[in-house]
Amino acid sequence: MRTLKLATLTLAAVLPLTSHAHKAWLLPSATVSTVDQWITVDAAVSNDLFYFNHVPLRTDALSITAPDGSQVTPENVGTGKYRSTFDVHLQKNGTYRIAVTNGGLMANYEENGQMKRWRGTAAAFAKEVPANAAKLRVSENAGRVETFVTAGKPTADALKLTNVGLELAPVTHPNDLYAGEEATFALMLDGKPAVNLPVTIIAGGTRYRDAQGEIEVKTDAQGRFSVTWPDPGMYWLEATLEDNKTSVPQAKQRRVSYVATFEVLPQ
Amino acid sequence: MRVMKTLLTTAIGLGLLASAPSFAADLDIKVEVPRIDVAEYHRPYVAVWIENPDQSINSHLAVWYQTDPKKEDGTQWLKDLRQWWRRGGRELSMPVDGVTGATRPVGVHRVLVKGTAAPLAKLAPGKYALVVEAVREVGGREVVKIPFEWPAAQKQQASAAGKAELGTVTLEIIP
Repeated sequence: MRTLKLATLTLAAVLPLTSHAHKAWLLPSATVSTVDQWITVDAAVSNDLFYFNHVPLRTDALSITAPDGSQVTPENVGTGKYRSTFDVHLQKNGTYRIAVTNGGLMANYEENGQMKRWRGTAAAFAKEVPANAAKLRVSENAGRVETFVTAGKPTADALKLTNVGLELAPVTHPNDLYAGEEATFALMLDGKPAVNLPVTIIAGGTRYRDAQGEIEVKTDAQGRFSVTWPDPGMYWLEATLEDNKTSVPQAKQRRVSYVATFEVLPQ
Repeated sequence: MRVMKTLLTTAIGLGLLASAPSFAADLDIKVEVPRIDVAEYHRPYVAVWIENPDQSINSHLAVWYQTDPKKEDGTQWLKDLRQWWRRGGRELSMPVDGVTGATRPVGVHRVLVKGTAAPLAKLAPGKYALVVEAVREVGGREVVKIPFEWPAAQKQQASAAGKAELGTVTLEIIP
């Protein structure tokens, strides 16, 4: 089983678009809090929601945006066998955006008869990958895994779009979700509405039920979609697409993904 | 959540006749904190407010929480009054003069809201509900609602009882 999974991961790096093999997620200890409190966050990649039983989610590209737009340094950051964890001190009133982004280029090529693998930014690509590299294959990624936490009253400044990849533009605030009520969000691709994009939503606790219970919706012409939360709990949302908006001509395709964890509260 | 459908019917008829809110009725509210037989008991956090028809908060009447400065900051658990928190509690800066106070022991507690002062003096005619929410550490949470119409020309009384975290809540409107 383990070798099978490793093989799948390796393939995932090479294949243009694979099936949703594993789910990446951030799980905050609380999404509704008050100023000066702490939260802790688990970050993992697994099949089951939200159980850390496969591999940790790397926190190298972790970015925590405070309600005023400033960056917050995570504390007690650690990566174990199955999960990464970190703490966040909520020192300001308002909404925090906690995101792990995965952007850049991946290249495979042959050098002196040996296969080389390279990962990096578009700027580094020209310097580090030989222009005449043999058997060069380049792919580009723009991934975002995020969640939202609010101290006090929900605010929107931290939710400003970066206009890179897929992002959530809230209509309903992501920390104002309640069972039995409808929430509406927009998905934006590079800052523009992501039209007609399938979105999958799955409630946590999959270990204790037989079916995944996916909620499948599609974005409209404004990139918007709505969901009525059936029950309180933690929910995982994912949308993926593939396009050719690459940053270097050698990369033919770009894989874009968006994942968010939401907490839905009881009435 | 328990909604007592005791409509204050006479108030509807008389409310039509009353063009201006010149009645200045008082709200006399009694909230029972029930005795709960558990090994670890903590006094509940309680919020009392007037709810608009769209469930937004019209006025905060009372919030009882852990205010002892010698203990841990009690405001961190106010969010557990989750309906109140959502509807407007999270927008307040604690404490609020005339609204917030310490947690109350088991027994019946009175909240008297004078009709001549804010918020009742400015309460527009319409349908409202008195809402009481209670939440207890290592215990449960409960909401009790009593609908009422404003203004009331005659003395009105309605009550509703909680099942777990609240005893009887009584609302008297005294013109």
